[in-house]
Amino acid sequence: MTMKSMIAKTLAATAMTALLAGSALAADLHVLNWKGYGADEPWAVAAFEKATGNKVINDFFNSEQEMLTKLRTNPGLYDVVMINAAFNDQAFNEKLIQPIDTSKIANYADIGKDKATSPMLNHGGQTYGVPWVWGATAIAINDKSFKTPPTSINVMWDEAHKGRVVLRDDAVEAIQFGAIATGQDINDIKDMDAVKAKLTSLMPQIRTFWSAENDWNQMVAANQIDVGTYWSGSADRARKNFKLPVSLVIPEEGCVGWLDAFSIPVGSKNVEGAQAFINYMIDPSFYTQWDAKVGAPVSANTKAVEALPADAFNRVVMGDPRVASRIKFQAPITDAQREKYLALWQEIKVNVK
Amino acid sequence: MAEVMANPAGSGLRRAMPLLLPAYVWLVLAIFLPLSAMAFFSLMSDMPLTGKDWSFTLQNYQAFFSNGIYVTLLGASLRLGLEVTFWCLLIGFPAAYVLAKVLKGRSREAVFLLVILPFWSNGLVRIFSWAMVLREGGILDTMLNAVLPFKINIDLLYSYPAVIIGLVHSYVPYVVLTCYLSLQAIDDSLIEAARSLGASRFRVLRKVILPLSVPGIVAGAVLIFVPVVGSFMEPRILGGRTGTFYGTVIEDQFVAVFNWPLGAALSFILLAVVLVILAAASPIMRRAQ
Repeated sequence: MTMKSMIAKTLAATAMTALLAGSALAADLHVLNWKGYGADEPWAVAAFEKATGNKVINDFFNSEQEMLTKLRTNPGLYDVVMINAAFNDQAFNEKLIQPIDTSKIANYADIGKDKATSPMLNHGGQTYGVPWVWGATAIAINDKSFKTPPTSINVMWDEAHKGRVVLRDDAVEAIQFGAIATGQDINDIKDMDAVKAKLTSLMPQIRTFWSAENDWNQMVAANQIDVGTYWSGSADRARKNFKLPVSLVIPEEGCVGWLDAFSIPVGSKNVEGAQAFINYMIDPSFYTQWDAKVGAPVSANTKAVEALPADAFNRVVMGDPRVASRIKFQAPITDAQREKYLALWQEIKVNVK
Repeated sequence: MAEVMANPAGSGLRRAMPLLLPAYVWLVLAIFLPLSAMAFFSLMSDMPLTGKDWSFTLQNYQAFFSNGIYVTLLGASLRLGLEVTFWCLLIGFPAAYVLAKVLKGRSREAVFLLVILPFWSNGLVRIFSWAMVLREGGILDTMLNAVLPFKINIDLLYSYPAVIIGLVHSYVPYVVLTCYLSLQAIDDSLIEAARSLGASRFRVLRKVILPLSVPGIVAGAVLIFVPVVGSFMEPRILGGRTGTFYGTVIEDQFVAVFNWPLGAALSFILLAVVLVILAAASPIMRRAQ
């Protein structure tokens, strides 16, 4: 090799390394959320990366407990994590999340007051979770099996639908539905025996348990189920995105409400990027596109909801005050209570006939 | 040469050490250490990762006895294991016999390949394909309705039989392989001798073939029974509301609830029960040798 070609090769190598090192300096943003739940929409990620120069790396969990495990075992890895409001105080108590400077998040001012000041997300005068979307776990029906939509939660106990009912395999949710069906407050259940009896009588009706949206959609597509508990946003997505004959029903006895919020884990290496991402997630421009293209729960940002078309599900159904009064939001429950619910749920599942 | 003659055993072991070392290192790293960690977890009250204070306690093991559902579940899982083992032996032994004694040459290789074929596919894919076959309006239902003159409705999915079908399908190849190995070791001349002495086919089977193939049968039974007792994939996907077994409850502790100490304690109790059953069955294995 001649001296000249060697120098040329060395220069080329140095230039390449500098280029690669330079591109690696662009900030990474690690986001932890459910799969297919807004934060990993390709168009949203592209728009955010273009606007801020951060590179979004999505990671997913399949249960809230898995989310907490990932936070515990990967300190400093994640920058944004989506934590359900009922789990926020557990994450706070385990020192997994840090206070959020809401003045850096422009859209925070438009969040509904009751959600922004919720004691579930604010501890010691500081905000640990920015409300993102809320929804209800109510009943969804297979349109083919009903001439007129039912109004009561007891349709799940109707003999006519034996073997065609589905329930989510989640102890807390099941017990809370049992509480609603027996006319009790979901956050203060006084008569567990009544709940146990009610759920035990539901078991012969059930075909199987579902754990992800996909399970529910597949079963209704194959016309194997008539009715089951389902999330409001998922029912809307099933109807709009997957063109399935699914309708959401908010029973007159009430349904379980949940609030999803974004938090920043302790040790995040890109807090600025996290704040920008959270701001984008509650931005009306993201929300209207998300709801139109895929289907989404109700945004906590009142301006974002108002930006939806007038006939949108989230404005017409979820915005209806009669509906809103029936939604009972979950409050946090202690670990001891959670274990008690789980033990009861397992007992019900084991003794199924 | 003289040293080797003086101490053959010692130098033989030394020479074998490099060959044995990888296997023992692997056993320690992949099996002994994780199991020890799990045994340690089972004696703790809380996982250290949660930041809570933890202490040594036997309450996880006591939970098994104090709460009746775990005993019920273990009984159900053991029953599942026995049923699946029974069906696998019933289907697998004749198949192995045909492979070992009846087929020869090319056709034997072809059928052998067919038996092993399920191993080539992912376990989860196999279970989900059963979901497609067994459900109402699925492949089995449509096929039967196309053939039979009257209309029937097969909906086996999300039931105990569906779990059995899925498990038998997954584990039958093991029985076929182990029985094949011991059947093909049976000298054909033994069978010929018995036949020439006037024994009926059934007598030959009972007195010559079955006793000589007991090692294969027992090995296959053990290979199936132990994993099936702890299985959770098939019950969860195919079992529907009847799909709660000991294995699924252990999985719940690790995946959904983050109560690793309880999950570890339940796993070790299962291990103890399975070891007791194997110990009880060992006289049969020793007699076979």
